Amino acid sequence: MFTNSNLMEFIFGRLSWSSLAFTHDPIILMTFIAVVLGGGAVVGAVTYFRLWGYLWKEWFTSVDHKKIGIMYVVLSLIMLLRGFADAVMMRTQQAVAFGANEGYLPPHHYDQIFTAHGVIMIFFFAMPLVTGIMNYVVPLQIGARDVSFPFLNNFSFWMTAAGAVVIMLSLFVGEFARTGWLAYPPLSGADYSPGVGVDYYIWGLQVAGVGTTLSGINLIATIVKMRAPGMTMMKMPIFTWTSLCTNVLIVASFPILTATLVLLTLDRYVGTNFFTNDLGGNPMMYVNLIWIWGHPEVYILILPAFGIFSEVVSTYSGKRLFGYASMVYATVVITILSYLVWLHHFFTMGSGASVNAFFGITTMIISIPTGAKIFNWLFTMYRGRIRYEVPMYWTVGFMVTFVIGGMTGVMLAVPPADFVLHNSLFLIAHFHNVIIGGVVFGLLAGINFWFPKAFGYKLDPFWGKMSFWFWLIGFYFAFMPLYVLGLMGVTRRVNHFDDSSLQIWFVIAAFGAFLIALGIASFIIQLVVSFLKRDQLRDLTGDPWDGRTLEWATSSPPPEYNFAFTPVVHDHDSWYDMKKRGYVRPLEGFKPIHMPKNTGTGVILSGLSVALAFGLIWYMWWLAALSFIGILVVSIAHTFNYKRDYYIPVETVVATENARTKQLAEQA
Amino acid sequence: MSAPHTASADKPTFYLTEEHHPENSTMLGFWIYLMSDCLMFAVLFATYAVLGRSYAAGPSPADLFDLNLVAINTAMLLFSSITYGFAMLRMEKGDKAGTLKWLAITGVFGLAFLGIELYEFHHLIHEGATPQRSAFLSAFFTLVGTHGLHVTFGCIWLVTLMVQVSKHGLIEANRRRLMCLSMFWHFLDVVWIGVFSLVYLIGVIG
Amino acid sequence: MKLIRRLSALALPLALSGCDLVVMSPSGDIAMQQRDLIIISVVLMLLIIVPVMCLTLYFAWHYRRSNTTAKYDPEWHHSTRLEVVIWSAPLAIIIALGAVTWISTHKLDPYRPLDRIDASRPITAETKPITIEVVALDWKWLFLYPEQGIATINEIAAPIDTPIEFKITGTTVMNSFYIPALAGQIYAMPGMQTKLHAVMNKEGVYDGFSANYSGDGFSGMKFKFHGMNNDGFNAWVAQVKANGTMLNRDTFLKLERPSTRVPVTYYANVENGLYNAILNMCVQPGQMCQDEMMHIDMMGGAGVDSHENRERLEYDTRWSVEAGPGATHPATGHGAKQGTEAEGVNNAPAAGSEAGEGQGTAPAQLNTNPKP
Repeated sequence: MFTNSNLMEFIFGRLSWSSLAFTHDPIILMTFIAVVLGGGAVVGAVTYFRLWGYLWKEWFTSVDHKKIGIMYVVLSLIMLLRGFADAVMMRTQQAVAFGANEGYLPPHHYDQIFTAHGVIMIFFFAMPLVTGIMNYVVPLQIGARDVSFPFLNNFSFWMTAAGAVVIMLSLFVGEFARTGWLAYPPLSGADYSPGVGVDYYIWGLQVAGVGTTLSGINLIATIVKMRAPGMTMMKMPIFTWTSLCTNVLIVASFPILTATLVLLTLDRYVGTNFFTNDLGGNPMMYVNLIWIWGHPEVYILILPAFGIFSEVVSTYSGKRLFGYASMVYATVVITILSYLVWLHHFFTMGSGASVNAFFGITTMIISIPTGAKIFNWLFTMYRGRIRYEVPMYWTVGFMVTFVIGGMTGVMLAVPPADFVLHNSLFLIAHFHNVIIGGVVFGLLAGINFWFPKAFGYKLDPFWGKMSFWFWLIGFYFAFMPLYVLGLMGVTRRVNHFDDSSLQIWFVIAAFGAFLIALGIASFIIQLVVSFLKRDQLRDLTGDPWDGRTLEWATSSPPPEYNFAFTPVVHDHDSWYDMKKRGYVRPLEGFKPIHMPKNTGTGVILSGLSVALAFGLIWYMWWLAALSFIGILVVSIAHTFNYKRDYYIPVETVVATENARTKQLAEQA
Repeated sequence: MSAPHTASADKPTFYLTEEHHPENSTMLGFWIYLMSDCLMFAVLFATYAVLGRSYAAGPSPADLFDLNLVAINTAMLLFSSITYGFAMLRMEKGDKAGTLKWLAITGVFGLAFLGIELYEFHHLIHEGATPQRSAFLSAFFTLVGTHGLHVTFGCIWLVTLMVQVSKHGLIEANRRRLMCLSMFWHFLDVVWIGVFSLVYLIGVIG
Repeated sequence: MKLIRRLSALALPLALSGCDLVVMSPSGDIAMQQRDLIIISVVLMLLIIVPVMCLTLYFAWHYRRSNTTAKYDPEWHHSTRLEVVIWSAPLAIIIALGAVTWISTHKLDPYRPLDRIDASRPITAETKPITIEVVALDWKWLFLYPEQGIATINEIAAPIDTPIEFKITGTTVMNSFYIPALAGQIYAMPGMQTKLHAVMNKEGVYDGFSANYSGDGFSGMKFKFHGMNNDGFNAWVAQVKANGTMLNRDTFLKLERPSTRVPVTYYANVENGLYNAILNMCVQPGQMCQDEMMHIDMMGGAGVDSHENRERLEYDTRWSVEAGPGATHPATGHGAKQGTEAEGVNNAPAAGSEAGEGQGTAPAQLNTNPKP
C-alpha cells in the first residue's frame, strides 16, 4: 500500500512546488513573466493567423534541408538571446560587486549563470548556427537536391531543439548546474552537487548530442556521395571542404562526449566510481576525456567560419581564392592536429614536463596552417576589386581581431606561461577573442551573405554595418580589459572582489557588453527593417553578389528541388566558370523530380525525448520508462513506413521554372 | 553516376538532361555511424585500461571471472555471427524462408548470449562484486553492459526485420536493412573479441 | 636576457601605467622567468602579426572597388613562391618558439627543485629549503609547516631568498593553488599530491587564491602570502606558536566542513602524520588509507570476501548523511555543501564531546532522506 507521500513521490519524483525557481527569486519571476507573456503573444499570434497547420506541414515536419537549416538558425538566435542575457548579468555583477557591495547575484545564482552561459553559447547558439548554415548551403553548393538522409536531418534538428528545451526548463523548474560549462567531477558528482542542476546539464547535452552526431554523419555522407557530376574533391567549394572536416570532427568527437557523460551519469545515478575521489575513481580521467572532445569542438565551430570567410573574401574581391590547394591542406591538417592538443587545457594538473612540452608544441603547430589561411585570404584581396558589402566588413574585422586571439593562444600554449595565465581572465579574453572574433563574426558574415539566397531579398546594409561596428567596438571594450585583468592576476568565475582598483576595468568591460547588446539589437532591427523593405531589397536574379559557387546558380529562394537539372561541374568556382563560358539556363526538357516526403516522426521522437529527460532528471521513473518505450515503439513503427518519397510532377516543375523565366525576363 | 556530356572544350554542357541518381549513401552512412559507436567503445576500453586495476581493496578479475562460462558465451556470439552470415547467403539467393530461418537461429544465439551474461552479472552482484564496489568493477560492468545493451537492441532490430521481411519479402529496402544489421552484428562480435581478450583473458591470466 | 629586461621595461609602462600588473612584475624568481617567457613569445609572434595586420588594412583599403588605379587580376590565384613564404614564415617562428617551449617547460617544471635563487645567485650546499604542505579545503586554505610544527589557515609566510617546496593536496574537489607574485599555479586535488618549487625574492604581502572554480564559497577562497626576512619569519613562527591551538584529527574533521571567508587562524601544534592522513583520505577513524588500498590493489586485490573494505574506503559520502533534503531547490542550492561556518575554525580547542559525529563508517542508505 502506498501512503500518500509515497504516492506523491512516485508520481513527482523529487519535483515539488518549491522546485519552481520563480516562486522565490524575483529575477527569475520577472523572466518567467516575460517569457509567459512573450510566448503567449507568439502562440496567440500563430493561432490568430491560423498558422499552426502551415507551420506543421511546411516547416516542423519538413525534410527539406533548406527549411531545416533555417529552423536551426532561428533556434540558435533565440538561444543567443538567452546566453547573452546571462553574459550581461555576469558583467553587471562583476562591475558592481566590490568591497561591501555583494552585488545582486549570490554565488548560488551566479554560478548557474556562468555555467548556463557557456553551455548555451557553445551547444545551443554556435553549434545550431553552424549546423544550420551547413545544412542550408552545402547541398546547394554541391548541386544536390537534398542531403543523404532527409528524415534523419529533420530528426537531428528536433533532437537539438529538444536539448535546448531541456536546458531552458532548468531556468524555471529546479536549477541549472553550478559547476562550470564542462562540469568537472568531483564537483559535478552526486556528493558535491546533489541537486538536479547537473542532471539538467547531462540530459540536455545528451539529447542534443544525438542530433549533432546524426547530422554529422548525414552531412559527411551527403558531401561524399551526393556531389554533382564532375565535382571532384579538389573542385569542391572551400566552404564544403571545411564543412566536411567539421562533420568528420563531429562524428569523431561527439561519441567521446556522449560516453564521458554516460560515465558521469552512472556515477550520479547508480553510484559507480569512475570519477569519485574514493574507491579507485579517477577525476583526472574525466578532465582528459572531456577535453579530447572539447578541443576538436573548438575547431568544429571555427572551421565552417573559415569556410565562410573564404567564400566571402573571394566573392567580394571578384577573384578566385588564393592558394585553394593549400587552404584545403591547411583545413585537413588542422582537423587532424586538433586531436593532439587536448592536454593544453590543463598543463597545471601536474603532468611531467615532457608531456606538457609535447602538447604545448603541437598546439603551436596548429598556428602554422591557421597562419597560412590568414595569408591566403590576404592574397585573395591582393589585386582584387573589393566590394564592401556587409559580409566583407565582418571579414576584415575578423582578420584584424582574430590574429590577436591567435597570438594570445600561442602564449597560453607555452606551459610555463600558462601556469600564470591559466584560468585567469586572460584566458577568458583569449577564447572570446577567437570565438567572437572568429566564429561569431564568421557566422554573421554567413547570414548576411546567404540571406538573399534563402529569402529572395538582401539584408539592409545600413543596420548591418551598425551591427558590425557595435559588435567590433563592443568586443574590444568588453575583452581587452579582461586581458589586462588577467595580467593583474584576476581569476575567472569570481562573483565578488575586495580590491576596488580592479573595478574600473570591469566597468569598461560591462560597457563593452552594452555595446555588443546594441550590436545584437541592430541585427534584429536589420532583420525587421529588411523584411519591411523587402520589395526594395528584392533580388530576382538569384545571384545578387556575382557569386562563384553553385548555390547562386538557382533562384532565390531555391525551389524545393534546388536544381531542375543537376549541374555538371568542370572547374572550381563552378558558377563563375559557367557564367564565364556562356551558360544558358535550360528552358525545356523538364522531368518529374524524385523527392523525399515530409514526416512528423522527428517531432514526436523529440517530444518523447524531452519527457524522458525530464523523467530522469526528476526521478519520475514511470515517466522515463513510458517515454523510453514510446521512443522505441515510434522508431520501430517508423521503419514500417516504406513509402517515404514521391515525384514532383513535371507540370509543377515546368510551372515553377516558367515563372522564373518570366521574372528574369521582366528584370532584363 | 552518369557521365557528364562534354560537347566541346569551350562550350561544355553545364547540366544533365537525365535525372541524376547519386549512389545510395545508406551503407556509407551506417558505416560512419559504426565508427562513431566504435569510438564510444574506445572510451570505455580506455576507461577500463585506466581503472582496471583499481580494485579498492576488493576482488580482482582473477577472483571473479569464470573463463569457462565466458568461453561458452563467446561461442554463442561467434555462432550467431556465422548464422547471420548464412542468413545473408540465403538472402543473396532470394530465399525468403531460408533467410528467416537463419535469422531466427541468430536471434536464439543472441538471446542465449544475453542470458548467460545476465547470469554472470547476477552471480557477481550476488557475491558483492557490484558496480559500486570499485572503479574496476564500475568500468567492467559499464563496458560489458554497454556491449550487452547493443546486443539487446540488435535482437529487437532483428525481430523487427524478420517481421518486415515476412511481410514485404526481400525487397530492395529490406535487403539494405539486412545488410546494415549484418554490419552491426559483426561489429558487436569484433567488440566482444576485444572485451574477451582485454578484460577476461588478460584479467585472469595476465 | 638583458634584451628581455629592456624590452619589458619598455613594454610595461607603454602597456599600462598605474595599474598593478602582478603577472608582468612579479617578485619571485620563477614567476619572473615565466613573465620573461610571455614577453619572448609575444615579441616572436609580433614579428608576423604586425605585418599581417598592416597588410590586411592596406590591402583592404588599396584594393577597394572605387580605387580603379589599383591593379585588378581576377585570375591570379597561385604563386608557388608566395606559398612557400606563407607556410615557412610561421613555421620558422614556431620552430623558435617550440625550442624555447621545450627548454623552458623542463627548466620551469614545478616538480623540479630550484637551482637558483635569482638570476645572479645559484643554490649552494648550505641553502636550506623550507617545506610547506598545502591543503585546499571547502573554502579555505590550510598550510602545514612540518619543520616548524605549526599550521595556519588562510595565511602563509616564508623567508625570502629561500627555496620553498610546496606539497599540495585537497579534500573534496579540484582547486588551484596560485600566488601570482611568487610562481605559476598548480592544481590541488584530493587523494593526490602535486608539487611546486618556488622562491620569493622581495619582502612584502602578496595575494594568493584558488584559481579553479570549486563551488559556492570559491570567490572567498583567498589568503595572503607574507615574504619576510629570516628574523621576521622566525618572529612570525613564534607568534603562531604563542597564539595558536592544537590541530589534531578531531579539529581537522570539523575544520574541513564547508565554510566561507574563514578568518586567519593559527595552530601551534599539529598532530603527527596529519598531512599524510589528509592526503590519503583517512583522517576519520576507521578509514582505510589510500596508500594501503593501493598496496593491496598492487598485490592483486583483497578477494571476494572484502565487503568491509568498501565501507572503510567510502569518502565522498561522508557528509551526505546529515545533509538536508538533498534533492530539491533551494535545498540543492546548498545540499551537503551549505556555506555555514565550520566549527573549530575560530581557535576552538578540540572538543572531544562531539568527536563522534561523522564516524568512519558511512551508512549505506545515502541520499534517501525524506523529500519535503
